[in-house]
Amino acid sequence: MVTRRDFIKCAGGAVAALGGVETALASTGPHLDPDRVGVLCDFTLCIGCRRCEFACAEEAGLPHGELRAYDDTGVFAATRRPDAESLTVINRYPALSADHKPLDVKVNCLHCEHPACVSACPVTALQKNALGPVTYDPWRCIGCRYCMVACPFQIPAYEYHDATAPRVMKCTLCQDRTLEQGRPPACVEICPQEALLYGSRASLLRVAKARIEAHPDRYVDHVYGETEAGGTSWLYLADRDFHQLDLPEVASTSPAEVTESIQHGIFKGFSGPLMLAALVGVILKSAGACEKCEAEAAARNEAGKEADHE
Amino acid sequence: MSNRHAVPFVTPGVGILMALAAAGLAVLAARLFWGLGAVTNLDNQYPWGLWIGVDVATGVALAAGGFTTAFVAHVMHRHQYEAIVRPALLTAMLGYTFAGLGVCVDLGRYYNIWHFFVPGLPNGNSALFEVGMCVCIYLTVLYIEFLPVVCERFRGRVKLPGALGNLDGFTEGLLRVVDRTMDRVITVFIVLGVVLSCAHQSSLGTLMVIAPTKLHPLWHSTVLPLQFLLSAFAVGLAMAIFESFLASRSLKRPYEVAVLAPLSRVLPFLLTVYFAAKVIDMANRGTYAHLAELTPQTLSWLAEVGIGVVLPAALLMTHRLRRSPGWLFAASAMIVGGVALNRLNVFVIGYKAPYADTAYVPSIPEILLTVGFISLLVLLYRAFVFIFPVLHEEGESHHA
Ligand code: SF4
Ligand code: SF4
Repeated sequence: MVTRRDFIKCAGGAVAALGGVETALASTGPHLDPDRVGVLCDFTLCIGCRRCEFACAEEAGLPHGELRAYDDTGVFAATRRPDAESLTVINRYPALSADHKPLDVKVNCLHCEHPACVSACPVTALQKNALGPVTYDPWRCIGCRYCMVACPFQIPAYEYHDATAPRVMKCTLCQDRTLEQGRPPACVEICPQEALLYGSRASLLRVAKARIEAHPDRYVDHVYGETEAGGTSWLYLADRDFHQLDLPEVASTSPAEVTESIQHGIFKGFSGPLMLAALVGVILKSAGACEKCEAEAAARNEAGKEADHE
Repeated sequence: MSNRHAVPFVTPGVGILMALAAAGLAVLAARLFWGLGAVTNLDNQYPWGLWIGVDVATGVALAAGGFTTAFVAHVMHRHQYEAIVRPALLTAMLGYTFAGLGVCVDLGRYYNIWHFFVPGLPNGNSALFEVGMCVCIYLTVLYIEFLPVVCERFRGRVKLPGALGNLDGFTEGLLRVVDRTMDRVITVFIVLGVVLSCAHQSSLGTLMVIAPTKLHPLWHSTVLPLQFLLSAFAVGLAMAIFESFLASRSLKRPYEVAVLAPLSRVLPFLLTVYFAAKVIDMANRGTYAHLAELTPQTLSWLAEVGIGVVLPAALLMTHRLRRSPGWLFAASAMIVGGVALNRLNVFVIGYKAPYADTAYVPSIPEILLTVGFISLLVLLYRAFVFIFPVLHEEGESHHA
């Protein structure tokens, strides 16, 4: 049965095109500077004063009350998530034992090394700056919210109630301060406990490991963000397993690796589409002896000639 | 409106569709004035909902008849199937138009959509960029493929009103040139349509590959693009059969079983390939274990695969059932429903963000807009069928 065979051929071509996925080279991800910055966040030093929440709102031009209002610890009753009006929040987790203190966990964009949100954004509104920050340009954004689908940490929030120019809202590591003025992010600057350290990611990773080594009783032996989702600019230290603190267990490669190799495998140099076009062409011509088509072509030629004579 | 059919354009059913379409347009106005937050239940946990799952993903899948029928009739030279090419082309043209509209309604900054075409802005890594780009180009190809139908309708019959009458001759000439050019180049557009369709039908599946921790393991897989493509092949033909029955019924024309039954022979084969791509992958990843859990997701998977794939494939293997209009219609409806449910599963039902504390249920306005757009699409389909020679007439053959 020719029908069946031809369908097999077509499906086969598609499989071959997708098969490119397997052979595609691992994608490279964004270009990164060896001196790119990061923030080391030591939950065991944080006292939950929420000054960083205040400084962040102020810096980002978002609604915020007096600094005093942030002394309210009532908010710790519920686990909060960052949203369009607060790009960072502190959550409190109970102390492990009587001689531990409660653990305060800062939640915000982790500024992935190979960010899924950046890979997903169709119009490069989100970008990974070689120096570390994952920046956002609302002017480019079309508001598709694919970045929100892609982020493995469920970070970007959206201004759903803005009818005309809604923005994707997430920490940009104070992109204006850090990239243009060379100053640390607002949250780091205001932190009274030095629970937040700003510097080159490589050196912060060394500091983090040195702290674990010096105080094995104080820390769990894991720097969260060293490899999570392919590594992140934010690095965390804690006294317990991170999933107890609602930090997700994610693969050590970026989710963007897979999709990028699929996209590249099929579309680099248009090899996939070209192969498919060639295949369709071959099927089209291999049935060339089709009487109906030939008769019709002949009829068209005749008609064409007549029309030209008119 | 010139009436080429035995029934009037407006019937009670058409009246209902008009009312639904009006309600949908009212929601559209509300969305433009008050924003997405006011009319949808979307939030930071569920950034995509009904509009992406149904209007866009399902719409594009069900419009796959455009390239699959053209492939069968014109690339494989099965000319006996030409009768269904034009209706499927019309469905594709309208389906893609509405999928594009659906995207724009959902975009927070729809007025920035032109950024897709600004050098320097597009991101080649983004599956969404690739889908958007292919859909834009393919939509243009579909409009071009429809030109011969327009020419056939008006050639030799141009009679413009009033002073425009002076342009009659010019318009005739223009139509003749377009028609003759299209005759020569149509094959190029058909091949282009097949390639673009394969590209974006599969990339639609790539979209969710980037969310391995959010999409339920019953659906998440790196071969989602292949599964989307294979299901598009099947649903394209099934949709052509399904809508042929609906059109015949609504316009009081005889059922085209003589054409549809032989075409349906290939469906069990296509469905089996699709089924294999699903279960082999499941076996590889061991995700069948999730079927033992009794969750809404499991039930939805079973419905999608059992009623949408296995059952119709079994039904259509029987010669007698293929020849029966009732069974053929039922089987094609199951396939259409199954693939629609698959798209809904992948984009909505199977999606759960790690910190989601509530479930997403579409709001009434969201549903009204989706239903309204589908109604509008059906109305336009009917209008096109009344105005243009889309449906096959006895003793006449098209070559589109
Ligand atoms: S945490 Fe999410 S939003 Fe932040 S860079 Fe990573 S993927 Fe993007
Ligand atoms: S919502 Fe904006 S930033 Fe996010 S992916 Fe879409 S265009 Fe990019």
